[in-house]
Amino acid sequence: MNISLGITKTIHDWLFSVMPEGLASITEMVLIAAVYLAVFAVFGLYLVLLERKVAAWFQLRMGPNRVGFKGLLQTLADALKLVSKELTGTEKADKFLYNLAPYFVIISALMALAVFPFTQEFQAFDINIGIFFLIAISSIGVIGILLGGWSSNNKFALIGAMRSGVQTISYELSIGLSLLTMVLITGSLQLSEIVEVQKNGWLIVQGHIPAIIAFMIYMIAGTAETNRAPFDMVEAESELGAGFHTEYSGMKFAYFFLAEFINMFIISAIATTVFFGAWLSPFGITESIPWLGVFWFLGKVFVIVFLMMWFRWTFPRLRIDQLLTLEWKYLLPINLVNIVVMAFIVWQNLIIQL
Amino acid sequence: MSYFSNIYNGIKSLLTGMGVTGKVFLNARKGTITQQYPENRETLKMFDRFRGEVVMPHDKENEHRCTGCQKCEIACPNGSIEIVWDRVVNPETGKKKKEIDKFVYHLGLCTMCSLCIEACPTDAIVWAQNYENSVYDRSYLTKVLNQPESKLMDGVED
Repeated sequence: MNISLGITKTIHDWLFSVMPEGLASITEMVLIAAVYLAVFAVFGLYLVLLERKVAAWFQLRMGPNRVGFKGLLQTLADALKLVSKELTGTEKADKFLYNLAPYFVIISALMALAVFPFTQEFQAFDINIGIFFLIAISSIGVIGILLGGWSSNNKFALIGAMRSGVQTISYELSIGLSLLTMVLITGSLQLSEIVEVQKNGWLIVQGHIPAIIAFMIYMIAGTAETNRAPFDMVEAESELGAGFHTEYSGMKFAYFFLAEFINMFIISAIATTVFFGAWLSPFGITESIPWLGVFWFLGKVFVIVFLMMWFRWTFPRLRIDQLLTLEWKYLLPINLVNIVVMAFIVWQNLIIQL
Repeated sequence: MSYFSNIYNGIKSLLTGMGVTGKVFLNARKGTITQQYPENRETLKMFDRFRGEVVMPHDKENEHRCTGCQKCEIACPNGSIEIVWDRVVNPETGKKKKEIDKFVYHLGLCTMCSLCIEACPTDAIVWAQNYENSVYDRSYLTKVLNQPESKLMDGVED
């Protein structure tokens, strides 16, 4: 546990003064989990609102602007509606798996949030295999999607889930390899260490050409990993209804929906941490005020989230064969060559240090 | 080798597409085409080719251009136009002449196909730009287009 901002320090000391040590650390973990859960549930809702607004601006519309000031309460109202709705399901669904699936998706999404370094001190869980943990966790979500599609007893849901399986298994490779390219520079999987390395220039600057290629591959594969357009064959409204969550309603549907947006945040946050120096400010302009790191981190994340939204509202959906061609014939070979190039650059010490 | 040119062309075309949507995004404030309907009903203007309903324009002397030729009635595929006409003796020349009594238009039957307006030889009927056409009873949709006491404009039949 590595949280020691001013406020949390006081709470931490107070907890350990009133309780035995074991109980206090468990309470602290539960508190942190609750805070993360609450913050990111609301955050996810506002990401949905942002997506709708950005989509509207891309299509010369206005987007939600009726509920609350400029539509700011729209998604909260939507969530309230979803909570109050009946949970329906198909008659011959596999009830146990059907009910289990949304939790797989949402829990794996929320687990990944624990390791991000929002500022130097504000990081809930700084393990030494941070990147590895993120890659592993982000691929667990697909099990939830497969379970949901399989147990719904609906052919569209099944097709959607199977497509998701194909897609995620293929593109995980590219995500892992493009992050590995950057790990060659940092020499560490620990996220706080990766940030430490970037104090001499963000990794995308340090690694120059291969880093930019790795970033492009990462963005393509990351968009595919979150099942967003143009890689949204899992949902493909025009072909499959809603894909794997066709049969879900109410809060269970909301879990899938929320997980999609939290995953988008996670993909952007990994990109921020690995390529753009996490909470580090450009040229160290606010180095004297450490807590401003949160704003730098979120600012960078939002730029990348916007990039993903830009992709979504620009590109048409790929066919499944095009999807696999892109991964196995283009991204993967380029990625492998890129790793060799990066290894050469690190070996010859051609890194740009600011 | 076409492999590398494929990559190059692919990236180029993706960036072109993003450029197009990016321009649209930056101009979103000016170019918004959404109409905030109930609030702006005073200022909302429909475009020229909008087909609201068929109307018969009258000038200041309460004169219209309809000669009662019934071409619109024949052209209408749904029978939404009915013309009640009469032969009236012209007091000056003593000749009998066809004149409309009532130009009945059933908006409820109309599909806005514009065949009547194309068929009209004297441009007596045109499209209106109004859009709030809903009423509480079907009978309100049957309208008489020529105003009471209206006459045929001079010189239309020449």
